[in-house]
Amino acid sequence: MPVIEVKNLHKTFIRQDGTKIEVLRGINTSIVKGEKIAVIGPSGSGKSTFLRCLNRMEEPTGGEIIFNGEDITKPSCDINLVRRKMGMVFQHFYLFPHLTVRKNLTLSPVRLKIMTQDEADAKAQELLARVGLADKIDEWPDRLSGGQKQRVAIARAMAMNPEVLLFDEPTSALDPEMIGEVLDVMKELADSGMTMYLVTHEMGFAHKIADRVLFIDGGVISEEGTPQEVFDNPQQPRTKEFLSKVLHR
Amino acid sequence: MRNNFFNKHDACLTSRQGAGRGDIVLGLFGLFLLYLLYSSGFFTAAAWQDFNRRFYQNFIKDQRYMMLVDGLKATLFMTSGATLIGLTVGLILSVIRVAYKGGAKIPLLNKLANTYITVLRGTPAMVQLLIWNFTIFASARNLNTQYIAILAFGLNSGAYVAEIFRGGIESIDPGQMEASRSLGLSYGDSMRFVVLPQALRNVIPMLFNEFIAMLKETSVAGYIGIDDLTRAGQNIQALTLEHSQPLIMVAIIYLVIVLFLTHVVRKLEEWLSRGRR
Repeated sequence: MPVIEVKNLHKTFIRQDGTKIEVLRGINTSIVKGEKIAVIGPSGSGKSTFLRCLNRMEEPTGGEIIFNGEDITKPSCDINLVRRKMGMVFQHFYLFPHLTVRKNLTLSPVRLKIMTQDEADAKAQELLARVGLADKIDEWPDRLSGGQKQRVAIARAMAMNPEVLLFDEPTSALDPEMIGEVLDVMKELADSGMTMYLVTHEMGFAHKIADRVLFIDGGVISEEGTPQEVFDNPQQPRTKEFLSKVLHR
Repeated sequence: MRNNFFNKHDACLTSRQGAGRGDIVLGLFGLFLLYLLYSSGFFTAAAWQDFNRRFYQNFIKDQRYMMLVDGLKATLFMTSGATLIGLTVGLILSVIRVAYKGGAKIPLLNKLANTYITVLRGTPAMVQLLIWNFTIFASARNLNTQYIAILAFGLNSGAYVAEIFRGGIESIDPGQMEASRSLGLSYGDSMRFVVLPQALRNVIPMLFNEFIAMLKETSVAGYIGIDDLTRAGQNIQALTLEHSQPLIMVAIIYLVIVLFLTHVVRKLEEWLSRGRR
């Protein structure tokens, strides 16, 4: 059974002047436990919007998202409970600058009474060691480098013991020399069996870790398959054009 | 940060201008005052004796300085009380407005908050004070008028503080709210633990300025019969038939307090901007 099943997902933004922009025009896809799916596509294609609809950071305007058998787009669904199980990592990290790294990781589990402060502290310690930042537990976020911030952000998402992690261009805001350390952490997560959606421009990384690649263009999945299929032998002209632009610079 | 954009009073006392230039201007102004005093014969021995005699009349005799001390107490009491009310009301109003903008379905509350802010900011604080005292609480004879003043000034201040808080909340990256929500925290929890602490930190200097402004604003409390610092000066005037010394003394006391508080704000700003917490 898939962990997440997306059926005919639509998202239409309404601008302030009343014009409508149809960003997602019927997305159908699913992810099974332990699967890693890379989502690629040109800017403005709707790939980030797709990801943000999965935990309803954006409200879908049509279609269904079935998470563990429950349609989470229904009004009766408590989205806060769903989000505990669906971690998200943002392009710009969004660490809480007024809290130490420790508090960044423990705020939610403790507040939601999932763990005691002691349990959460232990978990934070363990996760930070896992992302290679054990010595930063009492540091302030503003004293960390971009790569360190993003690793803390990943640890923060992991602190909730999520079933799925959503990565929204996690390396796009990083200095080139810091991308590697973040990708290493994500690789380790992927190898440990985490279920992951990854919106990215890192084609090499997507090729390496993804089980499947979705190419989104114009609000629909215009091509999908294994990394070998999509990257090495794309069928659609649009996919070929896009890949030739990003791969052979 | 939009420094003092929402503040009703000018911020020249708390903005950081070149200290050197300010000192020169102050010095020139002082010299000018000295010249005026000199040319009016102030530095003659007779004038000096006269000054001392009046000073004794105004402040020493019958312990009249106690009138100023009591007045100052009333002023500080009202200012503190009104600031507390202002902070509370302002916080509530701003959260209502921000929550409504963020998609909460509270159109009626939002309308009420907007109306409140429009009316209280659009009418003079003194008129509001008079209305509270002579209309709304006209029949409440036993109520200490100082409490009426605290209520009037506090509710008035709340409208301004609401705008300060709103600016502070809106200055926080929306990503902070998103990150918090993505961890499963509710909107209220995210506001309380993530957004508001950061917003508050950003607006502390402006809130302090509001407190300073309030200190000066309470000087109209005499209109509803409160013996605040200003009124104390007038009361001394009435006793000694002196036209200048009591009021100038009152002005000096206000100035000293404001300068002190301004200094505190500056230190606070420095402390807040130095590194991270």
